[in-house]
Amino acid sequence: MKFGVVVFPGSNCDQDCFHVVDKVLKQPVEFIWHKTTKLDDYDCLIIPGGFSYGDSLRCGAIARFSPIMEAVIGFANKGGLVIGICNGFQVLLEAGLLPGAMLRNKDLHFICKFVDLKVETTETPFSSQYKKGQVVSIPIAHNEGNYYIDDQGLAELKKNNQIVFTYTNNPNGAVADIAGIVNKNRNILGMMPHPERCSEDALGGSDGRIIWESIVKWLNQKSIKS
Amino acid sequence: MVKPEVYKELGLTDQEYQKIETIMDREPSPTELAMFSVEWSEHCGYPRSRKWLKLFPQEGKYPSLVGEDSGGIIVDDLAIVFKMESHNHPSQVEPKQGAATGVGGIIRDIFTAGAKPIASLNSLRFGPLTEPYNKFLLRGVVDGIQFYGNCLGVPTVGGEIYFDESYSGNCLVNAMSIGVCHKDQLARAKAVGVGNPIMYVGSSTGRDGIGGCSVLASHEFSEGEEKRPTVQIGDPFTEKCLIEATLEMLATGHVLGIKDMGAAGLTCSSAEMADAGGVGMEINLDDVPLREQGMEAYEIMMSESQERMLVCVKAGHEKEIEDIFAKWDLHGVVIGYVTDDKNLRVKYQGKVVADIKTEALAKGPVYDMPAEKPAYLDEVNKLDLATIPLPTNYNEVLLSLLASPSLANKAWVYEQYDHMVQTNTVVLPGSDAAVLRLKGTTKGLAATTDCNSRYCYLNPYRGAQIAVAEAARNLVCSGADPAAVTDCLNFGNPEKPDRFWYFKNCVMGIVDACRELYLPVVSGNVSFYNESPKGPINPTPSIGMIGILNDVNKHCTQYFKDEGDIIFLLGESKEELGGSEYLKVIHGQVAGEAPALGLKVEKAVQKVVYEAIGLGYINAAHDCSEGGLAVALAECCMSDQNNMIGAKITLVPGIRADAALFGESQSRIIVTCKKENLCKIEELAIENNLVCNELGVVGGDNLEIANLINLPVEQLSQTWRSAIKL
Repeated sequence: MKFGVVVFPGSNCDQDCFHVVDKVLKQPVEFIWHKTTKLDDYDCLIIPGGFSYGDSLRCGAIARFSPIMEAVIGFANKGGLVIGICNGFQVLLEAGLLPGAMLRNKDLHFICKFVDLKVETTETPFSSQYKKGQVVSIPIAHNEGNYYIDDQGLAELKKNNQIVFTYTNNPNGAVADIAGIVNKNRNILGMMPHPERCSEDALGGSDGRIIWESIVKWLNQKSIKS
Repeated sequence: MVKPEVYKELGLTDQEYQKIETIMDREPSPTELAMFSVEWSEHCGYPRSRKWLKLFPQEGKYPSLVGEDSGGIIVDDLAIVFKMESHNHPSQVEPKQGAATGVGGIIRDIFTAGAKPIASLNSLRFGPLTEPYNKFLLRGVVDGIQFYGNCLGVPTVGGEIYFDESYSGNCLVNAMSIGVCHKDQLARAKAVGVGNPIMYVGSSTGRDGIGGCSVLASHEFSEGEEKRPTVQIGDPFTEKCLIEATLEMLATGHVLGIKDMGAAGLTCSSAEMADAGGVGMEINLDDVPLREQGMEAYEIMMSESQERMLVCVKAGHEKEIEDIFAKWDLHGVVIGYVTDDKNLRVKYQGKVVADIKTEALAKGPVYDMPAEKPAYLDEVNKLDLATIPLPTNYNEVLLSLLASPSLANKAWVYEQYDHMVQTNTVVLPGSDAAVLRLKGTTKGLAATTDCNSRYCYLNPYRGAQIAVAEAARNLVCSGADPAAVTDCLNFGNPEKPDRFWYFKNCVMGIVDACRELYLPVVSGNVSFYNESPKGPINPTPSIGMIGILNDVNKHCTQYFKDEGDIIFLLGESKEELGGSEYLKVIHGQVAGEAPALGLKVEKAVQKVVYEAIGLGYINAAHDCSEGGLAVALAECCMSDQNNMIGAKITLVPGIRADAALFGESQSRIIVTCKKENLCKIEELAIENNLVCNELGVVGGDNLEIANLINLPVEQLSQTWRSAIKL
């Protein structure tokens, strides 16, 4: 099992994600520079938060054209696990790996705080260890986390049970309180909240750790099967 | 001879110009004159303050590093580097960019020392929010700090904001940053080894910020002046890349010296690196990456374009360094080399445009400024409590104080800052001090900033002592042992003797308080000329302080935890109201003496609380400061928004009720504990000759104090949380 943390110029949660996989999960993990084009060695890719390319043009819009993204798309299409957090989620939206788009927060401010999320489905590799309907506390830190999708797209997300997390008290104006979604094949998760920031008790909460543990469990089962 | 208009325009006096001619033994070239003007400005050369700054103690509990651009302490194998710096004048002119580049500049000081920046704090002062321009400034400054700090991925974990009329027309933006590295990885800001290349790394040079430090920071504001073109423009994305590239470069081991091009840009970095290394330097401006065509030599030398640094590299390793910067899409070019003649020689377009002894630039004049106590102060210090009527409704007084912007909850501000990135923040904003874990160790780091400038206005010596004492008290309340100080000394025009009297007395207050509490002042910054046509700002010696927790898990927070916990007060409440927020907000007066401070008692309070937290006796600890005991108790009840809880309190008799509730006596800490630990803490207090009074018990939905105050915590919280929302 090997994790890879993709690093774009301006990524700033790369080391935090690396720390959780290395020190908390105690699993092998590497940084992957955005000019890399081969990803055959990895089982799970983490697209971390931050400000790739300084959020120039539109969050994630430039990172989407980094050399690594073709490989990420290929990796995902083969069923590899991809988790995009915050700016990582924005990159996945820009790359078309997940549906929808991000608008500025409704109050037009950056917001950093712990928020409550409801786990809407446990039928994903990322949320299997939660209980359906469980309310968990995970921090957000973003300026553009107001998720938008049109009615048809929303109906599609609901029909396919793709909404993984919703806010219990919507902080940013997101459509249907959406905080995180998966693709139809359920191997790509995008979420605005930062599970790597609450994966250790020392940081005042460890609800985020369950996401990482779900991934490890899923990958272990996969390797047993194969 | 150069015409007086020319050098005066650059901010030089007649005497300074004469001195330059004497040093050069000829008429200086325009480039040389410009270089002197920025290097000798108050912002870079500290000519008016240097004499006093030498008095700061440099020894404390940990080995201290008093460095070139920043300072710090050594804790085991770690170097903790930190510094606070002002960006007041640019922020008053253009708040977003002013504050943003303030953050960028201080963070560069940290990573050029070889340390990874792990946290920022800031100490802000504005005029009342009833004036639209002050609102614009607050909004802009907060926007600038979040824009820059969030993008960099350095958490903004704490700070303070106060509002006072004296800052209308001259706001204060003091940014502090903290970094950590292995002690063997510290970098120096000097050039060494004749023949070694000097490299320019980072962003390109433009015309922004030309003369920022001499023109903006070394003069007071006058009516209707247009100063915007001298404000620098920040690009946090470039700085983020620069941090990564610089740390990667330093890891190669080929760097001999490195310095930020901050105030006075290339002039300051080249002259001071050469002077620090006792060498000369020759640089060729034709090799400097420019972003504009047709720049003059003096413009290149004075530009304060952001995100640039100067590096002295071991000869033969230039290519490796170039490659690292190319990877991050940044410039990395050789622009000169170290020479043996102790001169800074600057060439441009085939000509020598400047050739100056580095020592003359780097060690500018030192002035002994006259100081005189302001005539009005004796009158202001008079306060007869008999003339202050007791309130008829104490509930209303408490609510008014909680809604006072200086005391109100600042979540609107700190929730706009990413305070969690890097996953070290153990105590989030909203308690007495921020606490960070130090990854790879069991230790923690606490940090705070502090200064009550109203006390400093009433009594600069004691006011500055209180700033030091309170910062240390905040750290102790978090479970940390106070370790070292940085300061940012904000004052009016030093050429006016009453302003300078304030400066001198504040410095002496810091010196004496730090000696008594055994704290070194490892870094700092002076900002003079903080005045507008409305007058000078209150003297504001902002204190930034860090403390160490041996076990980060033994940190403490201010909010009440469990129903039934016993609440008591360590330290003594005196009948004093001078300089209090109560006197200002309720009675409209700024008068009296600053609260008394006994440093021996202060030490005893801090010792008892630090030990008791370490022994696990204490559940909550909170410093009593502005607003007095009543406001502090209210904060203990409501600051953990998800777990608010009431308390029932009795007052210690003997003093006026308003002084007991809202007086700001120093050296007092509210603590709570389980019933069984009460006697253990009392014993500690007795051993240390400390007054210790049981106040009451945690529980219920209301805060009840004697028969004077009885309010639902929910109502306190709403009032307190809704006061600052723009």
